[in-house]
Amino acid sequence: MREKLEMLKKRAQEELTGCSSLEVLNDFRVKYMGKKGELTQILRGMGQLSSEERPIIGQLANEIRDSLEASLSKVLQNVKIKEIEQRLSHESIDVTMPGVAPNLGRRHPLELVLNRIEEIFVGMGYTIEEGPEIELDYYNFEALNIPKDHPARDMQDSFYITKDVLLRTQTSPVQARTMEKMRPNLPIKIIVPGKVYRRDDDATHSPMFHQVEGLVIDENIRFSDLKGTLLSFAQQMFGSERNIRLRPSFFPFTEPSAEVDVSCGVCGGAGCRTCKHTGWLEILGSGIVHPRVLEMGGYDPEKVSGFAFGMGVERITMLKYDLDDMRLLFENDIRFLHQF
Amino acid sequence: MLVSWKWLKELVELDKSPDEIAQLLTMSGIEVESIKSLKRGIEGISVALVQVVKKHPQADRLQVCQVVTGGDRVVTVVSGATNLEVGQKVPLAQVGAVLANGMKIEKTDFRGIESEGMLCSVEELGLDADKFSSEERDGIYILPVEFEVGQDIVSLLGLDDFILELGLTPNRADCLGMVNVAREVAALTGGNLKLPVVDDVEQNGECADMTSIEIQEPSLCKRYVAKVIKDVKVAPSPFWLRHRLMSVGVRPINNIVDVTNYVMFEMGQPLHAFDYDLLAENRIVVRRGTSGEELVTLDGQKRSLNPDMLIIADAKKSVAIAGVMGGLETEVTQKTKTILLEAAFFNGPSVRRTSQALGLRSEASQRFEKEVDLEKVSQAAHRAVQLMAQIGAGTPITGNVDCFPNPEKRESIVLRLSRINQILGTDLTPIIVEDILELLQIKVVNKEANTWTVATPSHRRDLLGEIDLIEEVARLYGYDKIPTTLPQGATTQGKRTWEQKVRSEAASLLSMQGLYQVITFSFINPRHFDWLMLPEEHPLRDAVAVSNPLSEEQGVMRTTVLPGLLEVVRKNSNKRNKDLAIYELGKVYFKEGFLDKTTLPKEKYILTAAAAGFSEKNWAYPAIEYNYYYLKGVLEQLLSRLGIRLDEVAFLACKDMQFLHPGRSAKIMIRDQEAGWIGEIHPLVLENYEIEQKTTIFTLDLELLTKEANERIAYQSIPRYPAVTRDLAVIVPENTEVVDVTKLIQEKGQPWLKQISLFDQYKGKQIEKGFKSLAFSLSWQAEDRTLTDEEVNLLHKEILVVLALKVGAKLRV
Ligand SMILES: [Zn+2]
Repeated sequence: MREKLEMLKKRAQEELTGCSSLEVLNDFRVKYMGKKGELTQILRGMGQLSSEERPIIGQLANEIRDSLEASLSKVLQNVKIKEIEQRLSHESIDVTMPGVAPNLGRRHPLELVLNRIEEIFVGMGYTIEEGPEIELDYYNFEALNIPKDHPARDMQDSFYITKDVLLRTQTSPVQARTMEKMRPNLPIKIIVPGKVYRRDDDATHSPMFHQVEGLVIDENIRFSDLKGTLLSFAQQMFGSERNIRLRPSFFPFTEPSAEVDVSCGVCGGAGCRTCKHTGWLEILGSGIVHPRVLEMGGYDPEKVSGFAFGMGVERITMLKYDLDDMRLLFENDIRFLHQF
Repeated sequence: MLVSWKWLKELVELDKSPDEIAQLLTMSGIEVESIKSLKRGIEGISVALVQVVKKHPQADRLQVCQVVTGGDRVVTVVSGATNLEVGQKVPLAQVGAVLANGMKIEKTDFRGIESEGMLCSVEELGLDADKFSSEERDGIYILPVEFEVGQDIVSLLGLDDFILELGLTPNRADCLGMVNVAREVAALTGGNLKLPVVDDVEQNGECADMTSIEIQEPSLCKRYVAKVIKDVKVAPSPFWLRHRLMSVGVRPINNIVDVTNYVMFEMGQPLHAFDYDLLAENRIVVRRGTSGEELVTLDGQKRSLNPDMLIIADAKKSVAIAGVMGGLETEVTQKTKTILLEAAFFNGPSVRRTSQALGLRSEASQRFEKEVDLEKVSQAAHRAVQLMAQIGAGTPITGNVDCFPNPEKRESIVLRLSRINQILGTDLTPIIVEDILELLQIKVVNKEANTWTVATPSHRRDLLGEIDLIEEVARLYGYDKIPTTLPQGATTQGKRTWEQKVRSEAASLLSMQGLYQVITFSFINPRHFDWLMLPEEHPLRDAVAVSNPLSEEQGVMRTTVLPGLLEVVRKNSNKRNKDLAIYELGKVYFKEGFLDKTTLPKEKYILTAAAAGFSEKNWAYPAIEYNYYYLKGVLEQLLSRLGIRLDEVAFLACKDMQFLHPGRSAKIMIRDQEAGWIGEIHPLVLENYEIEQKTTIFTLDLELLTKEANERIAYQSIPRYPAVTRDLAVIVPENTEVVDVTKLIQEKGQPWLKQISLFDQYKGKQIEKGFKSLAFSLSWQAEDRTLTDEEVNLLHKEILVVLALKVGAKLRV
């Protein structure tokens, strides 16, 4: 019996060294250690042994089994690694082939800029107001201190629907509408994004374009507050290293009025082609709300004051993305839109 | 307004460069748009005296001249000009000199005679040839005899000058006169003014015997001053005057007209000279035009007049359109012996309307429109007469006729220091404010406890109230010196409305799904309604028309975004951008109830998407066709992500949308409300738009979407027991709508059917004609246990029975 076992062990060990695939190893396990395997058979035959021999042979058989198991798992491990290595070597791919991703669309660049402007002012506590694009002459002009025949009407050639109704030439009429709606409550702190229309069509003018108007009315609003607000906006919009400057200007509905320039981002203010060698880029118009506009809106200019500003979204978009022709924004060429 | 730097320097002491002054002006609200040097690169050209002019022995067309230049040097020059005479002074470019076109002069041999230089024409000197008569243009430019030989030409011609172009805001029309620009510069620099001295104006005098003024419309003509000049000798103006005018872009005409133009630029007051003898009864009547009346204006055009226009007339006929243009008949000509000079104040809006109606805008009308200095009208007339006498153009008659029916008393203005500081956020002292007022020639009439009562100068007609003065103080103090602060009031909560959020979210959801956002014009060509094959009376034809569009292309406000998107599809296809999935989120406009001042047209936001072609190809997956089902999927995803339950959304096949394929269009219903439509564009419409690809579009009413969208997400517990998924393939009659089959399965499957999806649809050989096969994947699940195969088999059997009964379905085997 013992000899039989020793023989078996020797034979099995030899056989094992020749195994090189998982399949063969599996056969090996079945052959020796399976239900009907040789070693199992021998162990089953132990009943015929004497009671002295049984524990000795039993122990020997167990030792052989353990040792075979150990060798088997060792070989198994090696074979497994070899097989995986082999499989992996067949599975290599061209890692330089392009990735496959779902198609993403784009927001229109004007919308991206509009959203950014809105976010900045919402963050500063403003709400977003809207108003009709087909507007009464009264709100577009008269309520903003621009009576009929005012020379300032020269600056904006308008599209009329009837004598009293036109396509708004600015988002400013919403100033007047908001005051009417809100009076006598304070504060008013709004921005008004939207489409506006003027009879102009060339590389720097489009008959339809977008503006964002801002209006703040409260007790004790000062010109200095306008400066601070616009500086904060410009730095959030264009970068914290930017500066602004205000130049006196004229708008019928604000006084004092100011054009606002932001320092040129291309040259940092030293002067370059983008800023026409001035170091500055014009971005918006602004000013202290004219007392007559407050009066017409139902507020007492001795008790409250306010500031207003208005910016052209196309202008800012063109500055931000370095565009040279406004018409690109309305041609909707996919190759253009794809870039944003 | 073009400002000559040299001229400015005559009016105000300047110790700064043009660039520095430009910067100061720009930062105080008078924007300097450009600075140009008049010296166009010419160098080394000087005055020479023509001593000898002879024909070239070898060439008929050439002259050989000997000219004397600086240091009595005699130079031989060969010239092709025909206007050379001995004794003339001419511009000589000697060897080494440079012409305006950059040409450098060298010794040149002209058929055996060596030319040591060149005599110059106006063009070669860099002068604006358009401003000269044709004889002057064609020959050598003949200089005044009083010029000294050898002097450099640059300063003599006024080319050592810079022209500053001012971009004036409407409130600063005063700066359309050089004297007021000088005042502004003086205020900014503190430099002394050197304004022209105008003798005191003698009222009436002899002049009153020669003419009279009658103003019939004092509201349109506040003041009219007439002066008379006799012994007029109409001739070219002196050299300096001609060049001064040319430097600011004005073409010299003759001494009389040139003086009126000069004074207009100097004082900002336009003037007009009439031939006195051609005025009936030698008098002036200011009245409205009458209908049927006609006037031939200076430009030779016959103009029809009407009662909206203010007219200058004599005793019998109209002789000028007030402030806009004079009449041809009473124009100053070589024959004129006596002139009547007009200086007036016309109502700005009236001049503006008239000049617009006639399409005539001039330097004069531009000034009248913005209104001139009412108190200096007479002074301007006097200044012109003085200049005319000075240059020998005529002899002034003493006195004037000054018709000024209602002299305006300028109101004084109260200015409070506290108000200044409150509005500006500054801490200015009274002294700073008073200094600024003085610089601006604003007179303090009274001062009490830091409150001033002031009188403004007559040329600043824009200063009407306290706020105007506060702006002046801020401007002169410097905006850059005002502190930078933030509003002090209570903090406010910034936010977007729900509608604004839904709009923004909807756009993001579409872009995330691969669509590009476009923006098209709000106005469209009304012919689009025909191209869309809309019948008369169709509600989309109810468009608001623009009364003065730039073109018919932009004739009406859109009632649908369809035309805009179809054009985007066409334009992109033409550029071979073939894969198109786009959307626009914007307003449409309906006349609906728009009648008068009280009701405006209806405006509402809609969302419209269009798709045509295929998604971009890639190596891993096949391209997706952008068809009805693609866009419907996008739409469903959008609705679902906006919180709208898809089982509450229905697509009802419809055939009544004229611009859609009748078999491939549906109304979109959300909880039984019409929310929009989706469909393939009708092939005939595509033909109208010259689009070759099939194009599918949907449109959604954003008002309804806002109402139905929902931010709330109610969490549902994840089932503990696994689902059993089983396929069900049935054969149904071909015209059966999938939605009906789905509904029947869902009803029967309650409460364990958790999900149903169609994964295959098949028509063809293997199926009996008139039938189609539908394959669904059903997912079964119970809350409290794992369903057994037997239970699910039973459910499928029951479903089949119902389907057989209701839609004639058979199990596909
Ligand atoms: Zn720059």
